[in-house]
Amino acid sequence: MSHAAEGASVHTASSPNTMVNFGFWVYLMSDVIIFSMLFTMFVTVQSHYNGGPQGHQIFELRDVFLETMALLFSSITFGLAMLNLHAEKKNGVLLWLAITFLFGATFVGLEVREFLNLVHHGAGPDTSAFLSAFFTLVGTHGTHVTFGLIWIAVMFGQVAVKGISPKVGSRLFRLSLFWHFLDIVWIVVFSTVYLAGVVQ
Amino acid sequence: MDILGKLTLQSIPYDNPILMFAGAIMIGTAIAVLAGVTYFGKWKYLYTEWLTTVDHKKIGVMYLIIAFIFLLRGFIDALMMRAQQAFASGGSEGYLPPHHFAELFTGHGTMMIFFMGMPFLIGLMNIAVPTQIGARDVAFPYLNAVSLWLTASAGMLVMASLIIGSFSDAGWTGYAPYSGISANPGVGVDYWIWALQISGIGTTITGINFFVTIMRERAPGMKFMRMPLFTWTTLCTNILMVLAFPALTVVLALLTFDRYLGMHFFTSDGGGNQMMFINMFWVWGHPEVYILILPAFGVFSEVAATFSNKRLFGYVSMVGATMVIALLSFTVWVHHFFTMAQDPLRNSIFAIATMVIGVPTGVKIYDWIFTMYRGRVRFNLPMLWLIGFIITFTIGGMTGVMLAIPGIDFKMHNSEFLVAHFHNVLIPGMLFGLFAGYHYWFPKAFGFRLDEKWGRRSFWGWLIGFYVAFMPLYVLGLMGMPRRMVSYADPAWQPFLIVAAFGALIVLFGVVSMAIQLIVSVRNREQLRDITGDPWNGRTLDWATSSPPAHYNFAVIPTVEDIDAFTDMKERGVAYRRPDKYEDIEMPRSTPAALVIGALSFFLGFALIWHIWWLAAVTGVGIIVTVIVRGCNDNTWYTIPAEEVERTENEWFRQLEKAGVV
Ligand code: HEM
Ligand SMILES: [Cu+2]
Repeated sequence: MSHAAEGASVHTASSPNTMVNFGFWVYLMSDVIIFSMLFTMFVTVQSHYNGGPQGHQIFELRDVFLETMALLFSSITFGLAMLNLHAEKKNGVLLWLAITFLFGATFVGLEVREFLNLVHHGAGPDTSAFLSAFFTLVGTHGTHVTFGLIWIAVMFGQVAVKGISPKVGSRLFRLSLFWHFLDIVWIVVFSTVYLAGVVQ
Repeated sequence: MDILGKLTLQSIPYDNPILMFAGAIMIGTAIAVLAGVTYFGKWKYLYTEWLTTVDHKKIGVMYLIIAFIFLLRGFIDALMMRAQQAFASGGSEGYLPPHHFAELFTGHGTMMIFFMGMPFLIGLMNIAVPTQIGARDVAFPYLNAVSLWLTASAGMLVMASLIIGSFSDAGWTGYAPYSGISANPGVGVDYWIWALQISGIGTTITGINFFVTIMRERAPGMKFMRMPLFTWTTLCTNILMVLAFPALTVVLALLTFDRYLGMHFFTSDGGGNQMMFINMFWVWGHPEVYILILPAFGVFSEVAATFSNKRLFGYVSMVGATMVIALLSFTVWVHHFFTMAQDPLRNSIFAIATMVIGVPTGVKIYDWIFTMYRGRVRFNLPMLWLIGFIITFTIGGMTGVMLAIPGIDFKMHNSEFLVAHFHNVLIPGMLFGLFAGYHYWFPKAFGFRLDEKWGRRSFWGWLIGFYVAFMPLYVLGLMGMPRRMVSYADPAWQPFLIVAAFGALIVLFGVVSMAIQLIVSVRNREQLRDITGDPWNGRTLDWATSSPPAHYNFAVIPTVEDIDAFTDMKERGVAYRRPDKYEDIEMPRSTPAALVIGALSFFLGFALIWHIWWLAAVTGVGIIVTVIVRGCNDNTWYTIPAEEVERTENEWFRQLEKAGVV
């Protein structure tokens, strides 16, 4: 038996119309506010260098490009996982979730390396308001991705153990919303932080 | 003692007799409650029926308990401030050192808003909204419990600050850079930060939950324009919660990074920008005052219609006004800092926006008055609070429009005039509304009414006390007295402050009467019993259930055909219809997960405040693990069999027959 909130079949359970999925969407809206506040903060202090380095001196566009690619591909692979879910192919879901995880982990790994490099070269978050805002904005996105990775791991386990059920499908749908949402946020991060910083 | 972070034995304020006394009372009360539970062997009952429940009705009651505890604490703080200012004139220092006085006004403001106002209105929402819309519970019952326990654990942090370390002295607004690490290196601001952060996250979750509940769980036939007004105002409040509270989350997080990681968002050096703190704080803060006041407006609308035996006057204009207020609440935040060097054009825009909010508010006032006009008005307790509100709130609204004029605000900003103004809107507007709701829904939640005699005493205590305590502050403001003064040189202020202190004592009479009222009512509960579930001749679906409602609220989900759904059913003679056959009902299971998350959050907050990093790591991981374990649970609903439903309903219908209703 399943409650009406989640839907009865895998298909209905993984549609935006169920109550839980609608609720999760509302949560994402509150997250949009969080990111907009951080963007506002960043834009306000983006030229407060305090004698520290400026954007174009520290951003490695090559790495950022790799990060972007990793995240974009992970969105595609997640889409493939969802297609397999609708076809109720358990192994396909597992495979594509695993690949998505690898892409996501690559993204986080690159970001952590970037952060460590910056700190190492004396451009840590305590250097200037600009760098505080940079680390906080990019780091908040990175933290979201990290939680997304944990969630992917958990869902991998659920699919492996429980197989494909309406409840599992419902959860995967929310995870996919979350994952694509982070992609969109990243596009904005990429353009307002990195591109604009390098162009300056 | 590294393992305890910054925490040492010196953190306990032995040398301060007032704090030690307060702490002793607090710990004594806690021990007495625990001992009582043990003595009466009620631990199992408490655990299974309350601590692990996901039932919105019980969660609502627990929110109210939190609210009343903090009403008392906030009020004691107010009495202490009043006593201090009554004496500390012309060279006298009074009995409180400046730091302690600063903690008092900070604690008072913080507690009254976050731990009295918010839990009170969320409690009423929990008790009334699901039944008003004909639902069996909220959309996400487990998350509802999570919100409750996050609020409770944040409240516990505030309590802990009384005897371990100290609370913030940076005002309830915590403006940077004074709340930054260089000006304020102690743990006080950290207590403030983590208490607000934890309870704020709980509130965001509540906002999502009730928004979805109202959007998706309404009974068939309840179109938007048939929703009761309390449901409408709750809906708008929850939209504001979802959109505004994340701003608070962010501003607190950035201040945290400044304090913990040496970042430079709001610092004076390093390129920080303090104006951003103030902006972001009020981007949340102004909607927050409407989050507080809209539910109270909703209560007043229910009360006005019910006790005038009439349909609410101007339903559509009331709904429209609510939505306009909610929308405009995001466009006025700059009026909190007219004096901080924006250009005149910008100030003018925000001034006009602020004054415009007066228009829908005025519409509401007229609607309530016209609802009473030519009605058969019954002066029960909720109605008294409504009338006290209309008169008093109008005065507060008018002083608000005065402050909205930047030229006047330049003079009155940060003065006692402002203190008088916001108490003049918050006390009648929010608190009286919550009290009206408390008296109105108490029988629904507990099955018996509250005593009228003590209720009236408490009402008059609050109303008269309010005028005596706050009208002098308007005068003091005009005489030039700034807010937040621990002592002052001008002896001309003292008589007014003595009157204000006397007013606070009259309010104290109101507070004590309310406590006595509760005791008397519990003792006389058999005479005050509400057998039918409809003690006030109610108009909305919440009165169509038994009092207290069965666990599932409605055995059969009603169909709605009118704004006053229940009145309509009674008139058509279809209220209390029994189905041919009862059906199984699915309900959410109780779970300890929410309680565990709340408890871990308390220790996480405590660990972060005292820099006990290992504990922070353990509790943080603990929370994540709890969320995951709960998230993997597929078995969160259970079925109440039809026979059991029938038995419960039979019992209620026997009562209804005895009362002659069916
Ligand atoms: C009747 C009971 C109350 C009394 C006697 C009272 C008294 C006071 C006093 C003496 C102050 C300090 C004024 C100053 O700065 O000089 C104050 C501040 C304040 N009160 Fe109340 N109050 C009461 C109820 C409330 C309620 C119900 C609320 C909110 C829901 C509230 C919210 C605040 C806030 C936000 C502040 C500002 C704190 C700050 O300066 O940071 N008060 N109150
Ligand atoms: Cu405001």
